[in-house]
Amino acid sequence: MSKTTEITKDVTILFAGDSGDGIQLTGTQFTNTTALFGNDLSTFPNFPAEIRAPQGTLAGVSGFQLRFSSNEIYTPGDACDVLVVMNAAALKANLKQLKTGGIIIANTDGFDPKNLGLAKYPAGVNPLKDNSLEKYKVHEIDVTKMTKECLKDSGLGIKEIDRTKNMFVLGFILWMFNRDMDNTIKYITDKFKKVPEIMEANIKTLKAGYHFGDTSETFTTRFQVEKAQLEKGEYRNIMGNQAAAIGLVAAAERSGLTLFYGTYPITPASDILHELSRYKNFGVKTFQAEDEIAAIGSTIGASFGGALGVTASSGPGIALKGEAIGLAVMLEIPLVIINIQRGGPSTGLPTKTEQSDLLQSLYGRNGEAPAVVIAAYSPADCFNTVFEACRIAVEHMTPVFFLSDGYLANGSEPWKFPATKDLPSIKAVFAEPRKDEDPKFMPYKRDEKLVRKWAIPGTKGLEHRVGGIEKEDITGNISYDPDNHEHMVKTRAQKVENIADTIPLQQIDNGKEKGKLLIVGWGSTYGSIKAAVREAIEEGYDVSHAHIKYLNPFPKNLGEILYNFDKVIVPEMNNGQLVKVLRDKYMVPAIPFNKIKGMPFSAAEIKNKIVETLKK
Amino acid sequence: MSETIEKPYTAKELETDQDVRWCPGCGDYSILKQVQKVIPELGIKREDLVFVSGIGCSSRFPYYMETFGMHSIHGRATAIASGLKAARPELSVWIVTGDGDALSIGGNHLIHILRKNFNVNILLFNNQIYGLTKGQYSPASEEGKITKSSPMGSIDHPFNPLALCLGADATFIARTMDRDPNHLRDVLKRANDHKGTSMVEIYQNCNVFNDGAFFIYTDKETKAAETLFLEQGKPLIFGEGKTKGIKLDGFKPIIVDLANGAAASDLWIHDETDRVKAGLLSRFFDNPKTEGHLPRPFGVFYTETRYCYEDALVEQITNSISKSGKGDLDKLLKGSNTWKIA
Ligand SMILES: Cc1ncc(C[n+]2csc(CCOP(=O)(O)OP(=O)(O)O)c2C)c(N)n1
Ligand code: SF4
Ligand SMILES: [Mg+2]
Repeated sequence: MSKTTEITKDVTILFAGDSGDGIQLTGTQFTNTTALFGNDLSTFPNFPAEIRAPQGTLAGVSGFQLRFSSNEIYTPGDACDVLVVMNAAALKANLKQLKTGGIIIANTDGFDPKNLGLAKYPAGVNPLKDNSLEKYKVHEIDVTKMTKECLKDSGLGIKEIDRTKNMFVLGFILWMFNRDMDNTIKYITDKFKKVPEIMEANIKTLKAGYHFGDTSETFTTRFQVEKAQLEKGEYRNIMGNQAAAIGLVAAAERSGLTLFYGTYPITPASDILHELSRYKNFGVKTFQAEDEIAAIGSTIGASFGGALGVTASSGPGIALKGEAIGLAVMLEIPLVIINIQRGGPSTGLPTKTEQSDLLQSLYGRNGEAPAVVIAAYSPADCFNTVFEACRIAVEHMTPVFFLSDGYLANGSEPWKFPATKDLPSIKAVFAEPRKDEDPKFMPYKRDEKLVRKWAIPGTKGLEHRVGGIEKEDITGNISYDPDNHEHMVKTRAQKVENIADTIPLQQIDNGKEKGKLLIVGWGSTYGSIKAAVREAIEEGYDVSHAHIKYLNPFPKNLGEILYNFDKVIVPEMNNGQLVKVLRDKYMVPAIPFNKIKGMPFSAAEIKNKIVETLKK
Repeated sequence: MSETIEKPYTAKELETDQDVRWCPGCGDYSILKQVQKVIPELGIKREDLVFVSGIGCSSRFPYYMETFGMHSIHGRATAIASGLKAARPELSVWIVTGDGDALSIGGNHLIHILRKNFNVNILLFNNQIYGLTKGQYSPASEEGKITKSSPMGSIDHPFNPLALCLGADATFIARTMDRDPNHLRDVLKRANDHKGTSMVEIYQNCNVFNDGAFFIYTDKETKAAETLFLEQGKPLIFGEGKTKGIKLDGFKPIIVDLANGAAASDLWIHDETDRVKAGLLSRFFDNPKTEGHLPRPFGVFYTETRYCYEDALVEQITNSISKSGKGDLDKLLKGSNTWKIA
């Protein structure tokens, strides 16, 4: 039977099913193959909070969205072209994401009366049968039955056979998009080395899915998305948390310090711990503490001892670390605090994304306790940003927040990875050993940037005491003197302000330097804003985009940039936080634009806001 | 610590130029003095010594020691010391904490450092009161204690600190007191010699808010009858003229009168390595006002050899390097799947 291949530029595909269906794995495997092929891509995994939510229910639906393209892209796509659903609940939860005319691939076994009931379709209603999906191209495949058929001689039990279902789907999708199976076969072979029966079963099912596409009469068209013309170089695919973990190892290497990572597990930060705990041969010391207070406490201890101290959590854990962050501010030692933000307050939406901890990072401590705050804007950018956080912490002897969020942490994109030799070096300045006849050691003596030296135990002649009580400048002795306290508060603040001299000026990412409307973003909204502004500019709108990485201190020219526009809009996945800071610091009438749904902005939402504002 | 130091230092050289600010007569002075006296005998380089404390009167201690020191935040010294020791296993790390600091706000970190068994020494200054905040009851205060925050008597049942530590699998537990300098020094030496977390509870008089809490153990009149000094391999004997002994009837300790015909050979022989007996000893914790109560033991209750966290951490790193070679950053950056765009 003849099959045609349609060339297309840009595809968004959403895999959806029970969290037990292996959706994330299917998505990740297809992503890796696509990346190796050379498309630009962006992914968005979206999972329920429960590991095994009740099967077949709407609450249990797990999704993995992937957009891949022969053009450069910045978001995982607003709406999808292909929706793969393993059951009725997955269809119901995601249908609104599908473009009119889009393709639905439905596992019919997941549409039996039981599943339809669990998905809360009225009795007797089956969307596959009632023409309600007329606007779409629906392909029904009985994946369960075909998987069983394919493995009937394998000797495996029903449960094990059922678990390979996702490989059938993956095989089919690989066929549909003209991709080969090599990478997936290699993955399966590695993963199931120790259980050859399972390895073979998975490969067999994968191939069955692929050949099903080839032989089945219903599928006449395959799609081809050509390689993207990205900047020249060598690429790999990378997720945000992975990039952060590697960035920490790189910072340790480039500073010559031992990485100490003290943490307590929490979604969506734990993957950094998992990753780092595998890098023991890099000398990385990971420490899973009894709680977040001990996590940061141990990190402060390690940093006092001369290690590159990094602690990580998400909002609730950062709240617990607050008092200790204040101690680090007082001690003036390097400390990196990673916050992979999630929906709050309290436990909030643990597996969903949000940017609602900016004010917590800036102000969430007792006393005047300034800390540096910087935020990554894409999965790959987590590498650069965490590296920069380490640099600032070490070179300026200060706590630094690295902000990411669930969307960046789990999302992925191609990364033109650097070579070690191209990474800047990080210069730790240690106080030198002292001889008896040398003048007394002054632990709080500062250089011109107001930075003190790192005086670590084990260094002869540097015996001294530090602590959380206010200290006299230079000597570090306890001091309750009123003038000294004011002086010290101002000095610690100025030390952080001085960092503005060492960071890049704020750039306009896209658009003119001066004009009608500036969209100011920070963190993971980058892709959506970029895509929206680019489209609007192409359509002739007078709009520009600036994305702030350095949130404290701000780049020195930020005020000037803001004053160059008639209007400033600040899209944030919170109830308006950066906008408050900008208004406070620069007295600009910046306009908040908020989305607080645990989901990233779509490019269309931002574009609409731009159009609406400029049409007024 | 067998390494010899080029230039030994004196107790005097461990004093700092800061004025000591405890109330006159506070038991903390005596502890400071004994620590300063014993440390030069341990053969540790001064720059390798680190004192980490939490918050409380007792936690001011590091300011008075001419070593490295950190006066941190309430309850967290144990956590901070853990990280320091993990990063720098070669340092000699001492934690100074109070009964509130260690048993209340820092209770969680205390039990965890004990089970992890970092090679550090914990000096718990137990005055059974919150000194720095001016006299509220602590988790070590006895039931019915009248304080500013318990005018009708505390209804909190207190912790038995050493039983708690034993329950957390501590590898060294001992008790001593501020008013017995020789014993205090001996116990400190033993604590330092032990590889693992050494838990030393020090009864300390707060003469302002809880004066005399331990007088029965220090006062000439009562000391002999109320205290039991443990010595390895020796029978449990106490009392005026050493006339009383303790023997075990099954698991029940009973006091016998050696002057009245009890045989010394029947007595309980102290064995620091016996976990079960250490458990019983830690329960010699009766209210001294009750009739027929057992004396309070002092000395080393229990010691055990178990691997230290920081050693295991370093070992995993060493093994990993010898197995997979020293990490290559370029390889890590590259990952396993790449593609080229020309
Ligand atoms: C987070 C925090 N909570 C409360 C306090 C107040 N505080 C300081 S010391 C202390 C109790 C100290 O008692 P203890 O540890 O027994 O030390 P002592 O003063 O008796 O030596 C309290 C409640 C504090 N400093 N920090
Ligand atoms: S309040 Fe008590 S413990 Fe604190 S310094 Fe005074 S006497 Fe010592
Ligand atoms: Mg106390």
